Amino acid sequence: MNVSTTPMPERPSAAGLLQQADALRETVGGERFRDELVAELYRHAEKIAARSVRKRKPRGWFADEKIDRILTHPVLGIPVMAALLAIVFWLTIAGANVPSSFLAGLLMTDGGLTDAFRAYFDINAPAMLSASLYQLLHELFGVLQAPYWLSGFLVDGVYLGLAWVVSVMLPPMAIFFPLFTLLEDLGYLPRVAFNLDWLFKRAGAHGKQALTMMMGFGCNAAGVIACRVIDSPREKLIAILTNTFVPCNGRFPTLIAVASLFVAGAVAKPGTFAASLIGTATVVGVVVLGVATTLIVSWALSRTVLRGEPSVFILELPPYRRPSVARVIYTSLIDRTVFVLYRACVVAAPAGGIIWLMANFQLGSASIADQVSGFLDLFGRLLGLDGVILLAFIIAIPANEIVLPTALMLYMHQSRMVEVQGTMLSSVLTDHGWTVVTAACLMLFSLMHNPCGTTIWTIWSETRSVRWTVFGALMPLAIAILVCAFVANFVRLFSIVSAGSAL
Amino acid sequence: MLGALFHNHCRDCRPNRICTIHENDAEGEGHVVALAGNPNTGKSTVFNALTGLNQHTGNWPGKTVSRAEGTFVYEGSAYTLVDLPGTYSLLSASTDEEIARDFILFGQPDCTVVVVDATSLERNLNLVLQVMEITNKVIVCVNLIDEARRKGIEVDTDQLSKDLGVPAVGTAARYGEGLSELVKTIAGVIDGRIETTPKLPAPPLAVKSAVDELVPKVQALLPGVRNARWIAYRLIEGDYPLRQALISGQFAALVGDERNSLRTALLAEHAAAG
Repeated sequence: MNVSTTPMPERPSAAGLLQQADALRETVGGERFRDELVAELYRHAEKIAARSVRKRKPRGWFADEKIDRILTHPVLGIPVMAALLAIVFWLTIAGANVPSSFLAGLLMTDGGLTDAFRAYFDINAPAMLSASLYQLLHELFGVLQAPYWLSGFLVDGVYLGLAWVVSVMLPPMAIFFPLFTLLEDLGYLPRVAFNLDWLFKRAGAHGKQALTMMMGFGCNAAGVIACRVIDSPREKLIAILTNTFVPCNGRFPTLIAVASLFVAGAVAKPGTFAASLIGTATVVGVVVLGVATTLIVSWALSRTVLRGEPSVFILELPPYRRPSVARVIYTSLIDRTVFVLYRACVVAAPAGGIIWLMANFQLGSASIADQVSGFLDLFGRLLGLDGVILLAFIIAIPANEIVLPTALMLYMHQSRMVEVQGTMLSSVLTDHGWTVVTAACLMLFSLMHNPCGTTIWTIWSETRSVRWTVFGALMPLAIAILVCAFVANFVRLFSIVSAGSAL
Repeated sequence: MLGALFHNHCRDCRPNRICTIHENDAEGEGHVVALAGNPNTGKSTVFNALTGLNQHTGNWPGKTVSRAEGTFVYEGSAYTLVDLPGTYSLLSASTDEEIARDFILFGQPDCTVVVVDATSLERNLNLVLQVMEITNKVIVCVNLIDEARRKGIEVDTDQLSKDLGVPAVGTAARYGEGLSELVKTIAGVIDGRIETTPKLPAPPLAVKSAVDELVPKVQALLPGVRNARWIAYRLIEGDYPLRQALISGQFAALVGDERNSLRTALLAEHAAAG
């Protein structure tokens, strides 16, 4: 009996298949074959397109190329960009004051809306408007004979925390976000990326980082997620780690509020045109500084821990689109304003309660708040800040939006202020020793310090590396501390020298 | 750009679990429609306009690329629209292109809509032709015709669809223009009322015989694969990422004779992750 000798069927293997494919490629022209195929495809596309597309001369002069020639001009591009940003900030700063006072009047200041009407429109509003919701709540709790700690915790803590956030943060957001969304909808942001792209390449980073940085202006967590568009792991890490150096939606209102309420008011007469210009210049300066820091840190990283060559990419400029107004309003108000405000409120309400508890529970000879801020005070002063501001930054780690409201509440508890006065915002600050240097250092610290909780979490979920996450949180913090310490002490030294020479 | 900022988990699905998008559908699974296109063609606008609020977002399994799916109902049938990443080609040079290619190849969509920019049709057609090489069921959605009009560009969609052998529909998704026609065409292509016979340049004879020789080998390696011809073509061409996918067994894992094997894989992976 013979065993049948039919050949075993060839077991299919990937390697064998590839070998055969390689052999076949030689029969059809080798490596050139692929180029020919691609060329053939392009020719075919060209032929079909030519048959179905008809072109007339574009109507009017409104051609994208002409606009782009200015907006992405090698010399003019960047000044034009700064000017556009300045206009957006100016409109925000000039427009936010009035609604801010009215909201404060409605929600918490003593004179209520009556004061706001008198101050801004010279109108005597009916007396029933002269009480704020805050006062009414206090009366209500009085009528209900609620215990001191309950009304304190709920009204002076939780409610006041919310009221501060809403009146300080809402107006700038409601003006800034629609304007920013409008620029975005017009297709301007890719142009900004185009203008800045060479700078990033010079810094050893990926040109697309200009785009992810622009996203960071919206939200750093989103900016970090956007870094997915960068393919090279090295450049992606650089983009992720430096994203926090541009102010996000949460920090913009803080910067705008400090710039318009304090810096502008300290230098020029509050509410004047000059004051709004100074406020604008301050915010633009902070933004430019943020971009510069991003570039410098990217450069430093790509020379040290993340060494390598930048890779090349093609950036396509989308055509300008007529923005759809409904969409702009929807995205900016619902997606952004309400979202950011909601996030701020969720953090501000418990934070307000905690602040009240900290301010009203004694630990030894002073309240917990005083103990902690006193402990932090020396270090804070070294950075041109104070213990209260540092404590506010710590409380605001979950959401940077509440830094300023938290600091204000802490100050008020400190000075045992029970009533909230109108136009008191800047006076509370000056009473607690604020100078222009304090404001400047607060803005610098806010710009450069560690990312917010959400962003830190996002860095972890994008890198899946505890090491890079810790680095991404601590590296900015270290930079913020160094920069603030330098600025504060440089100014101190300078003023000592100039005071000495005046003698 | 910032629109996609915040991860929106759909309201009625638990985070970290894949949205079983068919849950709410009247007729079981429904039809799967892939949405491809170059970046900046308004693909997302088309997607949003068609699916409205019935959207689910997540990530492509194993990839950090976000994935959006949505549903719509037309004449009583449910359609699931899968928004593929915006790409210029399917040459799989980047993760995005790989995802788009794998879905069209193995996700076995019932039809693929390629959104193209009416203002730069020529460049956009490259992707259309590449998709047509993989699958017959293709619809070209010529979007942004409003913008083209403003620039004095007119696209003759009848001529285009005659030349391509697949339907072409002009839309201005921003204003809802042409969308009902698009939906009608999708339904027609899927149920066979509209025939699609992609017209591609015929390969030279030598190429054709080389491909013919390789096709059975591809089928032997990947039993049940539907687009063996296309894979053979790419292999002879020397598509490097495709070779890698074959060697690593990634393709073998994606191919299965079951319908929507990729979908099953997606579900399994998510269940494991959840």
